[in-house]
Amino acid sequence: MTSVKTIEQTEQEIVEEFSLFDSWDDKYEYIIDLGKKLPPLDERFKEEENRVRGCQSTVWLVADQRNGKIFYQAESDAVIVKGLISMLIRVLSGHEPEEILRAKLDFIRDIGMTTHLAQTRSNGLLAMVKQMKHFALAFKLKSEIAPNHG
Amino acid sequence: MTTTTLSSDRLDVRAVRRQFPLLERQIKGKPLVYLDNAATSQKPQVVLDELLRYYSSYNANIHRGIHTLAEEATAAFEATRDAVQRWIGASSREEIIFTRGTTESINLVAWTWGRQNIGAGDEIILTGMEHHSNIVPWQVLCEEKKALLKVVPVDEQGELVQEEFERLLGPSAKLVCLSHASNALGTINPVRQMIRQAHRIGARVLLDGAQSAVHLAVDVQDLDCDFFCFSSHKIYGPTGVGVLYGKKELLQEMPVFQGGGEMIKEVSFEKTWFNDLPYKYEAGTPNIADTIAFRSALQFLERTGRTKIHAHESALLEYATRRLEEIPRLKILGKAREKVSLVSFVVDGLHPQDLGILLDNEGIAVRTGHHCAQPLMKRFGIPGTCRASFALYNTEEEIDRLVEGLRKAIKMLS
Repeated sequence: MTSVKTIEQTEQEIVEEFSLFDSWDDKYEYIIDLGKKLPPLDERFKEEENRVRGCQSTVWLVADQRNGKIFYQAESDAVIVKGLISMLIRVLSGHEPEEILRAKLDFIRDIGMTTHLAQTRSNGLLAMVKQMKHFALAFKLKSEIAPNHG
Repeated sequence: MTTTTLSSDRLDVRAVRRQFPLLERQIKGKPLVYLDNAATSQKPQVVLDELLRYYSSYNANIHRGIHTLAEEATAAFEATRDAVQRWIGASSREEIIFTRGTTESINLVAWTWGRQNIGAGDEIILTGMEHHSNIVPWQVLCEEKKALLKVVPVDEQGELVQEEFERLLGPSAKLVCLSHASNALGTINPVRQMIRQAHRIGARVLLDGAQSAVHLAVDVQDLDCDFFCFSSHKIYGPTGVGVLYGKKELLQEMPVFQGGGEMIKEVSFEKTWFNDLPYKYEAGTPNIADTIAFRSALQFLERTGRTKIHAHESALLEYATRRLEEIPRLKILGKAREKVSLVSFVVDGLHPQDLGILLDNEGIAVRTGHHCAQPLMKRFGIPGTCRASFALYNTEEEIDRLVEGLRKAIKMLS
């Protein structure tokens, strides 16, 4: 477990991968491909309480904590959003709540996907990031209240 | 100008396009194709010029000032009221109230006429294709007054089920709130006939004209609607200006909406004497600049020729429908006999949002989503659609680019 990358390192990795693309088409092809490969979320999680409210696409997000680290699973009915989710999971999953709360997630801007953050009402990426951090905060508070139940 | 006036009945689209500076923009390195006109239209140079002219040469608060600037600003502001009166064929300028937009116009009626005339057990009839702006104010009113909302269903073609409408016109029906043309489907409703039927049982009718005022020649006297609401920004005018037309006898009887300056005659701490129509409903300093520039938009359309514009937009609708239907798995939503110039569609198995993002990547602006008509989307069992809506400056070449962009997006997503 010593070779686990930091959030910043994974972000950097994604930025470098994207720097190989010289057109927007290639970037989107790649994101769509990630979206298609995202493992489907178990149907039992697709409930209202796991829904991240975006305006157009539906996103379900669940998180659990193992050995003090948070692991996310998510899905959406729109494939580009799924691709973006896939990257967020790659960056944040498997880290401790403190790290996740600190993460600036600059890679979204660096790969040119800021528009998806700005359009909060249209695809809920920002809502998704917020929800992921919200989970981290919840787990952090929980462990502070009951430190023995990590 | 000579070429446009001397030439045939056809719209000179190239000449028109030159008057809209924004259309020269490049998006992602490609020339912009703007097909989101039902959300808001772009503005011709004359509108931009007038905004600048107002602020740089006659900016003043209106109606009360005695100085020259105030007189000029007041005259220009009131000239827009006259232009709007002519645009919709109102019988009197006092029937034209300026608001912030269609939504505020509808809310004004709900808060004033609605609160005065709707009581417990009364029914308000809406349709299944209303914009949220023509649903929510009535829901709020019904909740407060213990009144009931009744909904005219929409059929598979995207038309209102007229038999159901007739059935709903019972003795408790007090108001019918009806979109003149649907923003999500394009359907033009047979409002003239529906208004007559509603009046027969004594119900009043409010028309949401947000989508119709730009495409159709509206004559409120001929339609005989009681209220007509629309926005400047969808008719090539600035944002932040809306119109409420109401029949004079109704506007006179209605209580005031907001209190403040402009809407009063005399104020003491014991009592306030309200101003006459239309000022009674225009509290506070209005959106002077944008209202004045709105007239420039209407003049631009009149100069260009409304018949020509209509013919051009109809041709675009026909062409777009034909071209889009060539795309496999694509289904057009809303196949009403009468439509304004927009096409709403879905592609089997694909999310509209994905299509919208990839079209934007090609420089093509369409609207995706539920179009603020969630009940209607639910009716068709879909999360949303892609909507391409056309304006006088759009061309067949742009529709070709839409079709090309869609084919490419579908390939990428499949």
